[in-house]
Amino acid sequence: MLDVSVAYNRYTFLGHEFLTWLWYMIETDTQKLLDPKAELEDMYIGNRIVLENSSHNRDEVVTIKGDGAGLEEGVIALQKGAKVTEINLVVKAGENEWRFNLKGESLNIGGLKSPETGRVESAEDVEGAVLEKIYLYEKAVDLTNYAYQQFIKSRVSPEWEQVVVKNISRWISQAAKG
Amino acid sequence: MGVLSSSVSITQYRVEGTIEDSFLETVTDSLTNNAIREIDNEPEDKSVGWTSFESPFKPDFSGSSYMFGTHLIFSLRIDKKSIPAKIINKHLKMAIAKRLEQSEREALHRNEKSEIKDEVIRRLFMRMPATPNMYDLIWNYEEKILWFLCSQKAANEELETLFSKTFKLSLIRIFPYTAAQLTCGLTDLEKDNMEKLSPSTFYRGQHA
Repeated sequence: MLDVSVAYNRYTFLGHEFLTWLWYMIETDTQKLLDPKAELEDMYIGNRIVLENSSHNRDEVVTIKGDGAGLEEGVIALQKGAKVTEINLVVKAGENEWRFNLKGESLNIGGLKSPETGRVESAEDVEGAVLEKIYLYEKAVDLTNYAYQQFIKSRVSPEWEQVVVKNISRWISQAAKG
Repeated sequence: MGVLSSSVSITQYRVEGTIEDSFLETVTDSLTNNAIREIDNEPEDKSVGWTSFESPFKPDFSGSSYMFGTHLIFSLRIDKKSIPAKIINKHLKMAIAKRLEQSEREALHRNEKSEIKDEVIRRLFMRMPATPNMYDLIWNYEEKILWFLCSQKAANEELETLFSKTFKLSLIRIFPYTAAQLTCGLTDLEKDNMEKLSPSTFYRGQHA
């Protein structure tokens, strides 16, 4: 295994490709992203997405934020060669909802809001509340890890360039046409 | 950032190594020996140590109070003092003026000024209370997984250093490369292929 600090910078592009692929998958095949064991029902892009284009000596950042914001500017950025560097995700299971930001370069989960848990009113309530929180956080972490696992398996396969990238390109093209 | 907060950030780690001796006893002793040390009324400007998740200002690891089911939960506490430059400057000028008056000289040597500055800062740190910051961590020892509920670079570095010193175990931060190598179940061939990857171009022009 490479030195960790060297590897962090060298493979940052994988994190950005992961989030770009994630957007494509959410739009085309969401269920494949959800581990059947996790009992999650749906996932979609929330109120923020950040794209960066550092190709051809550009250093362009496009941030789209706001509930209900359209992603047209993001598609244009993809056409210019940008990749997704941060994404806000919403995951649903029945009445329960998880919202969090995922950062490509670190795979850090930020601003995770998990479903409401019972109030802690006495010291005796703490252990139960903590275990419930861990269970809820685990859903978001496992979802991220499962999706990344799907991505990396595909990324190292011979089909990546021949099939997946072609499909993503076609999807961008179609999304740009509206 | 706390386990019970309404919003958290999570940095994932893989824990490398095992604790050979009596697990709970070793963990309790290690946490106690590396617990946060109060620096109020002390000249130090920073203190880093472990504290209890439930009582961050009174670290107590007795009775395995950090065990929650199969998880260990405790907190990294970083206490810091920060003096605004203008306050240092004011007290330095006052101290220099006093020294000049006492010594009946018109100027001080550079080394003397530097010594006075060190002394001024030391005294100010003694008088200034430290600002505490707590960051919870959740450690699933059996699964070798640790979640640090913070994504700040400096706090993550403090965690990695103190954890290694405390438990003689190393933490490997999970990011795209380490996740692929350690947690995705890739074969050796796939891992080799992964190391040779270069960025893909996703958009290849208009499609019919």
